[in-house]
Amino acid sequence: MDVKVKILRYNPEVVDEAEWKTYAVTLQPTDRVLDALHKIKWEQDGTLTFRRSCAHGVCGSDAMRINGRNRLACKTLIKDLNPEKEITVEPIKGLPVLKDLVVDMEPFFDAYRSVMPFLVTSGHEPTRERIQSQADRDRFDDTTKCILCAACTTSCPVFWSDGQYFGPQAIVGAHRFIFDSRDEGTEQRLEILNDKEGVWRCRTTFNCTDACPRGIEVTKAIQEVKRALIFRRV
Amino acid sequence: MPSKPAGTLYRGREGMWSWVAHRITGVGIFFFLLVHVLDTALVRVSPEAYNEVIGTYKNPIVGLMEVGLVGAILFHAFNGIRLILVDFWAKGPRNQRKLMIGVGVVWVVLFVPFVARHLTHVFGG
Repeated sequence: MDVKVKILRYNPEVVDEAEWKTYAVTLQPTDRVLDALHKIKWEQDGTLTFRRSCAHGVCGSDAMRINGRNRLACKTLIKDLNPEKEITVEPIKGLPVLKDLVVDMEPFFDAYRSVMPFLVTSGHEPTRERIQSQADRDRFDDTTKCILCAACTTSCPVFWSDGQYFGPQAIVGAHRFIFDSRDEGTEQRLEILNDKEGVWRCRTTFNCTDACPRGIEVTKAIQEVKRALIFRRV
Repeated sequence: MPSKPAGTLYRGREGMWSWVAHRITGVGIFFFLLVHVLDTALVRVSPEAYNEVIGTYKNPIVGLMEVGLVGAILFHAFNGIRLILVDFWAKGPRNQRKLMIGVGVVWVVLFVPFVARHLTHVFGG
């Protein structure tokens, strides 16, 4: 089938302003948006720039705004997008655009680093594994699925206007350890997220939950951190 | 720094739009309360001045503004309860869409009879 793909192109070395360019491509309904981008780059315009690594929804490189919503290009099928109409593809919002669909992810990773996304323990390393019950494991199962694609953080209206906000992803990353019974850094992480730019910035718009390609209930995770802070109970 | 790329509007769902509406109604209600406190305070200046100012409100334009005011307050109140439930009730985030429908239903049930009765007052003389 013939599909029109409208892409927001931006090359700071040539022009100051981003502009829309439309490309006509022939695709299968079961092709993905990423296949469309490949076809355009390989057959029509080699200057089209975007990130992708695994191309199978695991690495989290190709988050972009497809028909106005944050999606992974490698997980979005053409047939699910109303291909009769133009398909719009834009870079994710709220991070500086470097070229075409590539944004500077550093502010996003900085927020992630600041919540200490690693196991914090004290004392000697045990000689055997750290045992955990299934019930304890289930408490943070959802937030272990994160692939750091930034679809949630850049779908958040608060993040667009306030770049200092940690953003949904950093809170998901913190949630994964806060509710882990083996971890001892809970108090520190809760203090970090109790900041003015922490969980209290969340306005529960649920854009992040809708955008997550892994199906993580992001807003629910943020709410659990809020409740842990209010009731001082994890 | 190059100028910002002209992107499209983010296509958020009811969660995002209820947040936008909550902000707009909130700011609107704030301005109403500002005027309301000022005109009520006039009674401390003189009851005649108060009566005169309140008298200027008795016209169809202000009558229609009152329809908007009640609509805004009803939405803001019930959506506020929804937001409290989303933040404090463990099952809130999962049921936010149902809560949103609830807000809409309660809003219609209270607003439609109000509009009917209010407009007969305003235009019925």
